Amino acid sequence: MKGHESRSTSSCAACKLLKRRCSSNCIFAPYFRSDEPSKFARVHKVFGASNVSKILTEVPVEWREDAVNSLAYEAEARLRDPVYGCIGAIALLQRKMDELQHDLAIARAHLARYTAIPPLLCNDHFSLTTLPDFPIFDGTKSVLNSMEFQQHGSVNVVHQTSFPL
Amino acid sequence: MISTRCAACKYLRKRCDTDCIFSPYFPSNDPLKFACVHKIFGASNVGKMLKQLPVHHRAEAANSLCFEAQSRIQDPVYGCTGIISLLQQQIYNAQKQLAIARAEIALNAHQAHLQGGSQFQQIEASSSFNNVAAEPLHVDQSFFDPPWLF
Repeated sequence: MKGHESRSTSSCAACKLLKRRCSSNCIFAPYFRSDEPSKFARVHKVFGASNVSKILTEVPVEWREDAVNSLAYEAEARLRDPVYGCIGAIALLQRKMDELQHDLAIARAHLARYTAIPPLLCNDHFSLTTLPDFPIFDGTKSVLNSMEFQQHGSVNVVHQTSFPL
Repeated sequence: MISTRCAACKYLRKRCDTDCIFSPYFPSNDPLKFACVHKIFGASNVGKMLKQLPVHHRAEAANSLCFEAQSRIQDPVYGCTGIISLLQQQIYNAQKQLAIARAEIALNAHQAHLQGGSQFQQIEASSSFNNVAAEPLHVDQSFFDPPWLF
């Protein structure tokens, strides 16, 4: 007896969650496999299937997998931290970078002291490492209250304030 | 009569109630802010996310959603994860540079010690760089490391 079971054995995770037929040209199917249901669930919860579909449609095919993975990453971050999402991670990294720049500046000053020693006391040839600056973002260290974007050609320059955690 | 609708309700073409979830965070004088978050997250999702948060966290949440949305609009492939990737790379490079600097300082300190200069001992004592020679090298990539970005 033929029942009402749908032939959904090849449905992707998105179509399973959305309870619809997974067509052969489903935009989600290559990136949301049926054995990873939580990946689409997270993305759908934060962005919505419709928005994800629009984003993927605007992205060239060869970049869609990366786009999906970055959306999944952002969605997971937002679910873990509903207030700051990914911005919390950026703040953490920015703080780490500030500490490293501080330490590098101290190290540079420390090394510079050796070159100030008269040659009588230091016979060896010092190979000073040139320590480049590591500017990341412009902006002052203040509470998150405003963000601006400027785009220069194909390079995105982000001007932002530091984010508290 | 001057409209008092918030940017969200203006965009969605609906009446802006006194208890509108969007109005404190999407003022009418900044229509782009809501347009961005709506394009990426959708008004319904944004409303749900804000409602789930305590009131004192909603402004920050709205701003961070706006930032993410603008990042995604400017970079549809990576969004703000591109910034994370860039920062991780910069941190990795900075840690390597710091390790090199520490090694050179240690070498110089050792050479100075062998030459027996008291002046070097003064430099070491006055340094605010704690345990420069003793601290082990640690290149840390444990900050939200999406493997597919490197």
